Amino acid sequence: MEGSSAEAALSVSANSIRITDLTQDGDVLTFAITSQKLNGSAGVCVFRTYEDFDWLQQSLFSQENVPGLQGIIFPPLPPKALPTQVNMQTKAFKQLGFLALGQGWQSYCKALEFYLQQVATHPTLCKCKALESFLINTESPGKQRGRKGIFNRLSQAVEEMRKESHKDVDNFFQNERNRNTSIAALSKVATEKLLDVVMTEQKLALACGHFSTSLHLCVNQDDADAVAFSKVCLKLSDIIEAVKQNYEKVASNNLTTLGLGLDLESRYQEAEKEMLFRRTCKLVELETVKKSTEKAKANKREVMEAFQKAVEKEFNLISSVAKQEIEHFHSSRVNVLKNLLIDWCEQQLNTAKECAELYSQYLEACRNMYSE
Amino acid sequence: MAASSERSPPPFPDSEEPELLEDSDEGADAFTGTSISEMDSLSPDTTGPPKDIFNEPPEDIFSDPLSEINSEPQKNVKIPSPGSDEAVDLFSDPLDDEADVISSPEVQNPVPDLLKEPVEAPKSDVISEPPSDLSSKPVHKNAFDPPKGAKTAVSAELFDDDDEEEDLFNEPLKGVTKKPQPSAVSGPPVNVFTEVKSEVKVKPQVKDDPTDLFAEEAVTAPATKPSVSSSSRTNGVHSEEQDIFSEATVELSLDSPRNDRKKKDAVKPSVSAPAASVASSSSKPPSKTLEELEEEESEDKFDLNISVTNPEKVGDGMNAYMAYKVSTQTSLTMFRSKTFTVRRRFSDFLGLYEKLSEKHSQNGYIIPPPPEKSILGMTKVKVGKEDPSSAEFVERRRAALERYLQRVVSHPSLLQDPDVREFLEKEELPRAVGTQALSGAGFLKMLNKATDAVSKMTIKMNEQDVWFDEKIQDVENEEQQLRKLHVMVESLVNHRKELSGNTAVFAKSVAMLGSSEDNTALSRALSQLAEVEDRIEQLHQDQAANDFFTFSELLADYIRLLGAVRGCFDQRMKAWQRWQDAENMLQKKREAEAKLLWANKPDKLQQAKDEITEWEAKVTQFERDFERISATVQKDVIRFDKEKARDFKRQIIKYLESLLHSQQQLIKYWEAFLPEAKAIA
Repeated sequence: MEGSSAEAALSVSANSIRITDLTQDGDVLTFAITSQKLNGSAGVCVFRTYEDFDWLQQSLFSQENVPGLQGIIFPPLPPKALPTQVNMQTKAFKQLGFLALGQGWQSYCKALEFYLQQVATHPTLCKCKALESFLINTESPGKQRGRKGIFNRLSQAVEEMRKESHKDVDNFFQNERNRNTSIAALSKVATEKLLDVVMTEQKLALACGHFSTSLHLCVNQDDADAVAFSKVCLKLSDIIEAVKQNYEKVASNNLTTLGLGLDLESRYQEAEKEMLFRRTCKLVELETVKKSTEKAKANKREVMEAFQKAVEKEFNLISSVAKQEIEHFHSSRVNVLKNLLIDWCEQQLNTAKECAELYSQYLEACRNMYSE
Repeated sequence: MAASSERSPPPFPDSEEPELLEDSDEGADAFTGTSISEMDSLSPDTTGPPKDIFNEPPEDIFSDPLSEINSEPQKNVKIPSPGSDEAVDLFSDPLDDEADVISSPEVQNPVPDLLKEPVEAPKSDVISEPPSDLSSKPVHKNAFDPPKGAKTAVSAELFDDDDEEEDLFNEPLKGVTKKPQPSAVSGPPVNVFTEVKSEVKVKPQVKDDPTDLFAEEAVTAPATKPSVSSSSRTNGVHSEEQDIFSEATVELSLDSPRNDRKKKDAVKPSVSAPAASVASSSSKPPSKTLEELEEEESEDKFDLNISVTNPEKVGDGMNAYMAYKVSTQTSLTMFRSKTFTVRRRFSDFLGLYEKLSEKHSQNGYIIPPPPEKSILGMTKVKVGKEDPSSAEFVERRRAALERYLQRVVSHPSLLQDPDVREFLEKEELPRAVGTQALSGAGFLKMLNKATDAVSKMTIKMNEQDVWFDEKIQDVENEEQQLRKLHVMVESLVNHRKELSGNTAVFAKSVAMLGSSEDNTALSRALSQLAEVEDRIEQLHQDQAANDFFTFSELLADYIRLLGAVRGCFDQRMKAWQRWQDAENMLQKKREAEAKLLWANKPDKLQQAKDEITEWEAKVTQFERDFERISATVQKDVIRFDKEKARDFKRQIIKYLESLLHSQQQLIKYWEAFLPEAKAIA
């Protein structure tokens, strides 16, 4: 956190950061995070709870001596998971969406992992000491230091309504804000819809499972005809089982690729929105300062002008950082989405092919059975 | 036949000979007009009167005796007998001339068989009985037959109550069926048949109703015959027998719809005759009987395609109804042409079921139930909203009706029913009335009532037949399982529909996302993705429909069919009950007789004795009824099980094909999308 060491780069490779394990103790999820040292092959493993992640995020927010910090799009930290909540099904889904799905919080881990990687690869944020200590210190980083950052979401929400519609001086930002608002909303909706699709697929898989199981009950070995009928039932049971597996696979494909991707996209859009909002706040501040400078009396005018200049400088800095960030964000986002779509498509294709193969085998078997 | 009540074992027809020959009076004139000799050259002029004479009057006369079966046997005998004089004369000459004899009785059903016997007798060494004996037998029987030949096979039928009938059928049949094979004369009879066929065929054009009957007979008989004759003579004869008889008897039932009970009585013995003959022939082991049944089953591979298409709304408002096009495609010669199409409305289908169940359910046949009437669904259609649910309703019903008809015609005995044929062929069908009672809830209630009755009776009836005992249990279990499965499939279908809906919404939101995306390549990819998702949605929807039509409807059908199966068991139970009741009654009568003996009241003794004989006859008859119905039910249930396994297999293959197809479509979609995703810069 000290300015002197801020220049020191992260000593672990960003791409090697993995969440390898997870233990659940009551309401607390502990994640095992491994990473590879840059110099040498030594691996580091630390255990962190969600509170530690939160602390890291706050530390990133409250970094000092980082010019234009407010212009940075902070990688979004997934919301806190509450595994033991009674009505987890409904509440967690509302909060976590896709991240609550998947076996043993896999997708949640994936999201946290991605968050860490994003922080570690960020040109500015990776220099933060807090990250280094988060990744390397075996000791849990000081919870006591976890103070609320300046960007408190709650207070933000109230102001947001007021400042959101503030006209921007810069067309670029005005457009970006408009775009961001619509994309954020749309991607959120798309995520929710995809979530519905995945949930239905899972339900369908479940229903197939039930159907397949009940078909087993129809088996009767009494006489030749009954045996023939039982055979048919068993075959059908197998087929339905295959259908079930197909749906499970499709659902998990959707979940692990497109689902997580859309979720990330919508959270990133939110993060960008926050950043843009911070900049807008600064803009509003600058404008009020300008107004008060104009109104100010002569004796105070110089002080005010100096202050105005400082604010203006800060605002410009933020704007330039923001511009960079936005460009970076756009290109990386397209890249991420591209990879994800390709991944998703390939997985679905494979699943479909496997399934078709399986079906045609069954079909063959059934036809043979028919001629028996 | 008066004699028949005194002899509880199947009476020998010979013994009746004197009686028959001895009285000849009033009816003689009437019969002469239609004597056998004239059958060949029967002119259109003569057809009119005989019809009157034989169709109507006999009915009136016999309706009573029939309903009480044996109570007034004297009357029964009287009427047929007059013809006997004639017949004997007529037949005694033709017997010399083979061609003549065979061709003439050909028109009358069982007679050819009987006649064949004597004709072949000299040729075959296998025959144990002396030919003279044989010939005398048929001749005497011909005494019965002339009326039949004169287009009232029905009335002949009526004279013969069950006892007589079996004699006619069993005895000669067995004789015939066994003999022709060793004697290697199977060729000639066929020739004769075809000959006669051509002869008879000319007639229908001139004559009307009764001749139709004949024409059909003539057509059906050779139709079944050539196909089977080479492999198994027995079957050919059996089925022919059955054809002709159901034909003849039902013709009667159409003529006199007012007398339901008589109709049933008439139908029952005739249709089930082969089964009865098999069942009662103690010489054959029961296992063979089953085999035979199955054989018979497998042999009637028929070529009959029925499709129900073009549902069309006729009329407006609440009087509107849906009419369906029923197209039949067949190579069966029992139909007049190879393809034909009629328009039928839903209540016609219900009417068909009603007719069939009225006629056949007490025989123990499984009669496929039609789809239920749906007031809600139909009202929607009537109101005329072109919404998808009403379209789905219509399609669902259309498919259900198609399956229903296919099931009906795949039943070998129901296919022979003239009502079925009429339903498929006849341009205009009398409006079915009273189907309301059958519809919807009423229909279900009826089934449930039957089920309740069964469960009640199970307690009373101590089942001796292991097969039935197990089967009844099986059917109940199966019905429960199918119900469960049905629920599962329903939920599966609902989930699929939900998935399809969700996919559609997702596709829409992806499209929106794509449209507000700045990056052109990404935007393009997203809109492509939206398209892919749209198509997938369609796939899901199709798959949901597939699930529904292949499984849900199949299961629903079989739940209904199992209800029908239980109805059969119920019918069998009823027959058993009748038998037991008669047994009890006989017991009572005997006790009464004993009391009378004790009290020494000879005046009443005779009456008591008469009653006892009457009840003895009833007991034997009911017992036979029960055996016959048991055999029929067993046969039908076996057939049903086979059909079920086959049906499910077929559906599974269909289902798999659809799954595979949609999977392949999916592959195509993804493959098309992959380069788009890769093209994102």
